[in-house]
Amino acid sequence: MRPLVSERTAHPVLIFWIIAGWVGFFLLPWYGVEDFFTFEWLIDGYPFDTDYAPAAFLIGQGEKLWLAPALLGLLLPLLALGRRRTEPLYAKLLILSGTVGFGWMILQGFTIGIRGWNFDWARAMFGDLGDRQFGMGYGALICASAFLFLLTQGIAARGAINGDVFVLSAIGGVIVIVTAFVFFPIAKMLTAAFITEDGGYSAGVFASKFFDDRLWGLGCLSGGRCGVAWNSLFLAVLVGLITTVLGLIFALVVTRSGFRFKKGLRALTVLPIITPPFVIGLALILLFGLSGSVTVFFADVFGVQPTRWLYGLPGILIAQTLAFTPIAFLVLIGVVEGVSPSMEEAAQTLRASKWQVFKTVSLPLMRPGLANAFLLGFIESMADFGNPLVLGGNYDVLSTEIFFAIVGAQYDQGKAAVLAMVLLFFTLGAFYAQRFWLGKKSYTTVSGKGDSGVHPHMPRALSLPVLAIAMIWAGFTAVVYAMIFYGSVVELWGVNNNLTFKHYVTAFSFRLEEGGIRWSGAAWDSFWTTLKIAAIAAPLTAIVGLITAYLLTRQSFAGKNAFEFGTMLSFAIPGTVIGVSYILAFNVPPIEITGTGIILVVSFIFRNMPVGVRAGIASMSQLDKSLDESSLTLGANSWQTFRRIILPLLRPAILAALVYSFVRAMTAISAVIFLVSAEYDMATSYIIGRVENNDYGLAIAYSTTLIFVMLTVVAVMQLIVGRTEIGRRMTQSRTNV
Amino acid sequence: MTSLKKMIGASTFAVMAATGAAQADKLTFYCSAQEDWCQLMANSFQDATGIDVAMTRKSSGETFAQIKAESANPKGDVWWGGTGDPHLQAAEEGLTAEYISPMRDQLHPWAISQAESAGNKTIGIYSGALGYGFNTDLLAANGLPEPTSWADLTKPEYKGHVQMANPNSSGTAYTTLATMMQLFGEDEGFKFMKKLHSNVNQYTKSGSAPIKAAGRGENTIGIVFMHDAVKQAVSGFPVKVVAPAEGTGYEIGSMSIIDGARNMEEAKKFYDWALSAEAQNLALEVNAFQVPSNKGAKTSQSAPDMSSIKLIDYDFKTYGSSDTRKRLLKKWDDEVSVLPQ
Repeated sequence: MRPLVSERTAHPVLIFWIIAGWVGFFLLPWYGVEDFFTFEWLIDGYPFDTDYAPAAFLIGQGEKLWLAPALLGLLLPLLALGRRRTEPLYAKLLILSGTVGFGWMILQGFTIGIRGWNFDWARAMFGDLGDRQFGMGYGALICASAFLFLLTQGIAARGAINGDVFVLSAIGGVIVIVTAFVFFPIAKMLTAAFITEDGGYSAGVFASKFFDDRLWGLGCLSGGRCGVAWNSLFLAVLVGLITTVLGLIFALVVTRSGFRFKKGLRALTVLPIITPPFVIGLALILLFGLSGSVTVFFADVFGVQPTRWLYGLPGILIAQTLAFTPIAFLVLIGVVEGVSPSMEEAAQTLRASKWQVFKTVSLPLMRPGLANAFLLGFIESMADFGNPLVLGGNYDVLSTEIFFAIVGAQYDQGKAAVLAMVLLFFTLGAFYAQRFWLGKKSYTTVSGKGDSGVHPHMPRALSLPVLAIAMIWAGFTAVVYAMIFYGSVVELWGVNNNLTFKHYVTAFSFRLEEGGIRWSGAAWDSFWTTLKIAAIAAPLTAIVGLITAYLLTRQSFAGKNAFEFGTMLSFAIPGTVIGVSYILAFNVPPIEITGTGIILVVSFIFRNMPVGVRAGIASMSQLDKSLDESSLTLGANSWQTFRRIILPLLRPAILAALVYSFVRAMTAISAVIFLVSAEYDMATSYIIGRVENNDYGLAIAYSTTLIFVMLTVVAVMQLIVGRTEIGRRMTQSRTNV
Repeated sequence: MTSLKKMIGASTFAVMAATGAAQADKLTFYCSAQEDWCQLMANSFQDATGIDVAMTRKSSGETFAQIKAESANPKGDVWWGGTGDPHLQAAEEGLTAEYISPMRDQLHPWAISQAESAGNKTIGIYSGALGYGFNTDLLAANGLPEPTSWADLTKPEYKGHVQMANPNSSGTAYTTLATMMQLFGEDEGFKFMKKLHSNVNQYTKSGSAPIKAAGRGENTIGIVFMHDAVKQAVSGFPVKVVAPAEGTGYEIGSMSIIDGARNMEEAKKFYDWALSAEAQNLALEVNAFQVPSNKGAKTSQSAPDMSSIKLIDYDFKTYGSSDTRKRLLKKWDDEVSVLPQ
């Protein structure tokens, strides 16, 4: 098929990006414009006003002349038009123009900032600039993208990765955005670990902070207190294991048992993932705290003194298990469903007992899912901030220590950076342990060959305990949520238990007036903002995540491991660090987006993308490569293969990514707290403000509303995305014998 | 050609001037007090002056971290509320601007001395005394006598009943530590902290958490600012407030203008307005029980009566400086927090 493409001399993709580059340079405002989409700038002096002018008009008026060399990158590719792809000159021209254009954009962006030259050496060399520039706008953005994709087309034309433009462009795109929005801010933040008090750099500072006894002490082995690092590690391993086991149990019940209320169980397991932070913690306190109803009941019945047992490891463990089991479930359900029944049937035909089949066939095939579920639980626990804050007692963990190193009485950003590195080290360790465990085996179970088997039920010895555990945990979750709902309809939780709807009225009242509805409730502003931001972030997260997963499982290229590492990085870092590093990195040009909604969307995309990647990888490693190959052989290119073959088979992963990123955008707190602004306040930061102010009723009423809203959205998404139809017999009767 | 360019330049200038005039004045307001108070301040200032206020509420530590991170390109104009230490720290690091308000002569001396200790880069807007509160139900259930002094809290019968914040993470707890140093002297003060340590059931992260836990019945005695304890009592929780007999320290809630503010004129207008009696009286509407810094402003009936509290002469300059803070926190870390409980 390739010869066909290369014979042509008109290249639609090339033409598209050349035009895009010209539009970005000549038509769109080069620098950032406030309220771009009101288009007021069009009648406000555009295209000559320097605030709104495109780059070409700026240069034409003798302003910002340093932008001119980029023009070279726009002119060169014109020479490539009309040439064949196979000509060496075609590739050279594109690579040159892309490199010059993109390189120049970066160079000028970082050297010239809001106060003129950003570096002293530049001032020393060229003298005072007498001018300055603000953050990039849509013109610069589109122009930069054009340069990037010209470059990838050039590389493709040279024959890299079979000359596949789509794959190369995808790799280039993901590398650039991950560098810009993950590596760059985090590097900026982590350098703080080496900065001494007088502003110099020193490795000694890092060492003294790193080898602190409060971090690595092992006092708990001899009755004292252990270092924060060990606390976090121990907790995360426990949470990872428990959530994986529980997730697997739920997945088995839903897919491989005769259990009748699967739908209800599914909904119940999804509840915790859509619960705003603090709420589970508060509910647990009301149940098991010193004055909690369960504690008091047991104290009365058995005549013992109530204790504060909840505060510390037990409390965090319960809360995190409640909160993160659904993530494990979401990852595992796709994998458990995907395991090929034919293999299981083959084993059965060979006279294996149900138990043997499960142990030697089904379970090993679920390994990628188990490993990914553990990894997610581990990382989530490491980075979790809300639960340890509420229930931690004296059990300190890294994430809260980082937060208070930054905002607490110490103001020690360096310490925060060191702690963040330790945390990062642990999560990466887990990541590599997972890879090692999976090894190089194949877990492919969905292939192009017809596979119309039906999953056998679990062996009886397994199904009884599994069902029992699932029921108990489901019951527990139900009680916790009943408590939460109850908390939203009483006057003052735990003190005055008269029923009232006043919290809902305060938060969500509205009046019908002339000209429409007036949203008079206190919570509407943050509610609409949150909904909007989450709705924008979710599909983008899913797209970026799945494309990355596709590249990681389906393509081989140099530096793939580093690439995978980069995409996981943002997830492994606690939100607080992300929040502060985003302010440090994106408050100044070339990317100046603090105080906008964009910074929230971007932070959500890169924070939640790894879940899309993990879910995508888990599902994709089950799809046989021969599916892609046959599609390619039949003349489709890799984009068509991705869209027509892989995407439809990935529906569970897509759904997981969409749902997860949507709800996380609505419930995340630690990063958001630094990124919200007056105009873009988020629901969670509003809720925390109310909790701090004792308005528990209002906070919980708001949270309950969010839970219902998210439930609805998740249900709608499920409807739209639909289920994968893997051709399997629908009759269950045969295996029920 | 040149004339054409000039014409274009002139007309763009005219357009710019026109839009500049049409654009309403605005103010970006960082607020570190309680949410409803912040909201009320923002709205009232908007009503009083017609200046558009964009308010963001974050705790004082979070706001400090944000202002510091934004210092290369400041986004905020004025920072109002929150305990004085981060404001002093910001002044020390040159993140806030010097300003002497014409309203100064209406203020209590403590508010002005706060300003003078920071080179006029911050000013006191309210104050609140340190103390503690206890849950009356839990105290009765455990058959404990009501404590009345700091020394009472170190008695063995209160073991496991006292909660305070960790001074490493909370300004409130640091104020407690500094108060003990000034009340008893450094050696005796640390002895007190050690004895208190054996009674403490948890060092919370946030300053007001101990009294909130006490309100919900999760803890008996919480060492906090008295206005926070009063707020619990007024909200309906069974909490009683104690002004310790030996005397006590206090915080000065502060206000600063951010260095390099984009709307400097508006920030100054807000600054002057926030020091006026009418602006400070707004606290009454939102159950804020701090003592206002304007001599003419009213204090809530439920607020702790400052005249009956023995206040120490708190040395904000010494104990607010980062050197002293680091030394005391390290000493507390090394000598107190590691002891068995």
